[in-house]
Amino acid sequence: MSPPLLRVRDLEKHFVLARRRIFDAPEVLRALDGVSFELAAGETLGVVGESGCGKTTMARLVLRLLEPTRGEIVLDGTDMLDCSKSELRRLRREMQIVFQDPLSSLNPRMTVGVSVTEPMRFHDIGTRTERVERAVELLEVVGMGPEVLERYPHEFSGGQCQRISIARALTLQPRLVVLDEPVSALDVSIRAQILKLLLDLQERFSLTYLFISHDLSVVKRFCRRTAVLYLGKLVELCESERLYREPLHPYTRALIDAIPSLDPTARSRGSLRGLEGDVPSAVNPPRGCRFHTRCPHRMAVCSEREPPLVDVGGGHRVACFLNQ
Amino acid sequence: MSEPLLCVEGLRTSFHLEGGVLRAVNDVSFALEPGRVLGIVGESGSGKSVTALSILRLVDPPGRIEGGRIRFRGRDLLDLSEAEMEREIRGDRIGMIFQDPMTSLNPVFPVGVQIAEVVEAHQNATREESRRRAIELLGLVGIPHPEDRFSDYPHHFSGGMRQRVLIAAAIASQPDILIADEPTTALDVTIQAQILGLLGDLQRRFGTAMVLITHDLGVIATMADDVMVMYAGRAVEQGSAQDVFERPRHPYTQGLFDSLIRLDDSPHSELRPIPGNPPVPIDLPPGCSFRPRCRHAMDICGLEVPSLLPGAGRRRVACHLASAQPASPAA
Ligand SMILES: Nc1ncnc2c1ncn2[C@@H]1O[C@H](COP(=O)(O)OP(=O)(O)O)[C@@H](O)[C@H]1O
Ligand SMILES: Nc1ncnc2c1ncn2[C@@H]1O[C@H](COP(=O)(O)OP(=O)(O)O)[C@@H](O)[C@H]1O
Ligand SMILES: [Mg+2]
Ligand SMILES: [Mg+2]
Repeated sequence: MSPPLLRVRDLEKHFVLARRRIFDAPEVLRALDGVSFELAAGETLGVVGESGCGKTTMARLVLRLLEPTRGEIVLDGTDMLDCSKSELRRLRREMQIVFQDPLSSLNPRMTVGVSVTEPMRFHDIGTRTERVERAVELLEVVGMGPEVLERYPHEFSGGQCQRISIARALTLQPRLVVLDEPVSALDVSIRAQILKLLLDLQERFSLTYLFISHDLSVVKRFCRRTAVLYLGKLVELCESERLYREPLHPYTRALIDAIPSLDPTARSRGSLRGLEGDVPSAVNPPRGCRFHTRCPHRMAVCSEREPPLVDVGGGHRVACFLNQ
Repeated sequence: MSEPLLCVEGLRTSFHLEGGVLRAVNDVSFALEPGRVLGIVGESGSGKSVTALSILRLVDPPGRIEGGRIRFRGRDLLDLSEAEMEREIRGDRIGMIFQDPMTSLNPVFPVGVQIAEVVEAHQNATREESRRRAIELLGLVGIPHPEDRFSDYPHHFSGGMRQRVLIAAAIASQPDILIADEPTTALDVTIQAQILGLLGDLQRRFGTAMVLITHDLGVIATMADDVMVMYAGRAVEQGSAQDVFERPRHPYTQGLFDSLIRLDDSPHSELRPIPGNPPVPIDLPPGCSFRPRCRHAMDICGLEVPSLLPGAGRRRVACHLASAQPASPAA
């Protein structure tokens, strides 16, 4: 097997929050707490979990937009946390991100042309004319005409803005594209358009995707493997088909059960039940297994020790004492 | 079919903007029967919220209700005075739940006080009775230790708990109708499941009729008896949820189902989006608004707006194709 394109090990991000009172110890928010995974070239890894579980933090760490507290991020064999500035600059070109809100990458006060050519300008690539040519070429790839160059983001619908953000992300010919909830803000009919476009682009440009979403159906359809996060911890990771057929972690099971069925005849109104309670705070996460406060199967050990992530066979990894 | 509780006929609500007249709700008719849940589904901008706001007469300028009737308990709500709407309808006979609980709860008052106020205003209760009733309501919607939470402020509650508080306030007056506009859209799926479960329980327990607005077909399937599908300000298809889910007949409804990504899709199944984008309903060309995206578009579709033809049972479809080929009678 070829080495993975991306290897993340024990990645941790703790945010130190402002003190409430001057003599208080500062509070620490554990946004991401020791996450490891690998991503092969050309693969798509999905990351699911509810809001606040650390998905965006993970994306920003991988792209080095955020300094990790601890951990290792190796892209194509080079340790990104321990390399020279020029190497880091080169690695940065290999990775791009598409956000949920296209206005995070498209400046509302700049024309589409300026936004799309900006990464090439930043990395000093090509002449002005060449940059515009490349922008036009990529806009065409995502289904937009050259006339959009002179227009502003607000003149476009959400789906069109997302197409433009994708074109922008592709200008540097990245190998890894992090997609942070790229279709979450879009309507159903547009969502499928953008997913289809992303699949086409992956094939055409041999892209590797890290696909973040809170929508399990979308992740399952789109990603060969899926990682489930809960309160900054990786609780389960395996092939998507298998994860949905036989989820082993009670949290994964609960996420799947919470999806409303699309069959109105099979419905048992009022029987749809979420998990008990709310996600606890990441400032003082529960001891032991972080999920134990909401877990229908909790045992004594769960509040005492933290379950390690173990491989139960075939690359199916799960962090739960029920499976150990 | 029983006598409808709420009957909306030919509702038109427009926004008069600099760029032209935006027809947010364009000739929409529907009926809500007692004890039933009507789901209104459609993509963003299709006119769902404006429909709800129009029923409650909460459309602000430059928006205007320009036509139609809204019949409820023997009266046309459009004929009532503002004072009557406020005293007898809003938060009284018709309760409301909106997407963002933060905008509907007052941040500077304890949640219990806000609910007690609704009880006091609409049920001629004393302060002490209202307080007791508010605590009871907080318990009813599943807030643990309601006596202790009575004095907490909205920001002390999580998103899901705030939505429960809002539901408590909406049912405080024992309304005939509950209008819920995207009540779970801002919530995570496990919390959404809790809230939908709660709404279903309360709806069955009190027999309240409900208008449930959502863009999520899964929520409709879970909750609704009847459905109305909206596109660009118009109702394009109506019927029982079961009929519409089993045999969607409008090409837009069919397209919505085709573009859905389902948990049981095979990973190699083709994605089938609807091409193009929904229009902004300003100065729409004549004919059917879905025509530019429709795979069955015919000449007549660019000339005439298809009317919502009655079909078998509750089913209605606004499509020239459906009127050209009458549906086989429902089996
Ligand atoms: N800059 C920051 N400072 C403090 N806390 C943060 C910061 N960014 C994110 N967080 C916290 O980290 C946790 C994870 O956030 P995030 O990665 O955005 O979650 P997700 O994308 O899964 O919704 C949350 O509790 C969030 O409030
Ligand atoms: N206050 C307003 N001013 C101008 N246009 C509005 C206003 N409120 C709604 N609209 C327009 O009315 C149409 C219907 O909106 P809405 O009912 O909110 O859609 P939905 O709830 O289905 O997403 C949209 O085109 C929207 O832009
Ligand atoms: Mg996020
Ligand atoms: Mg709305």
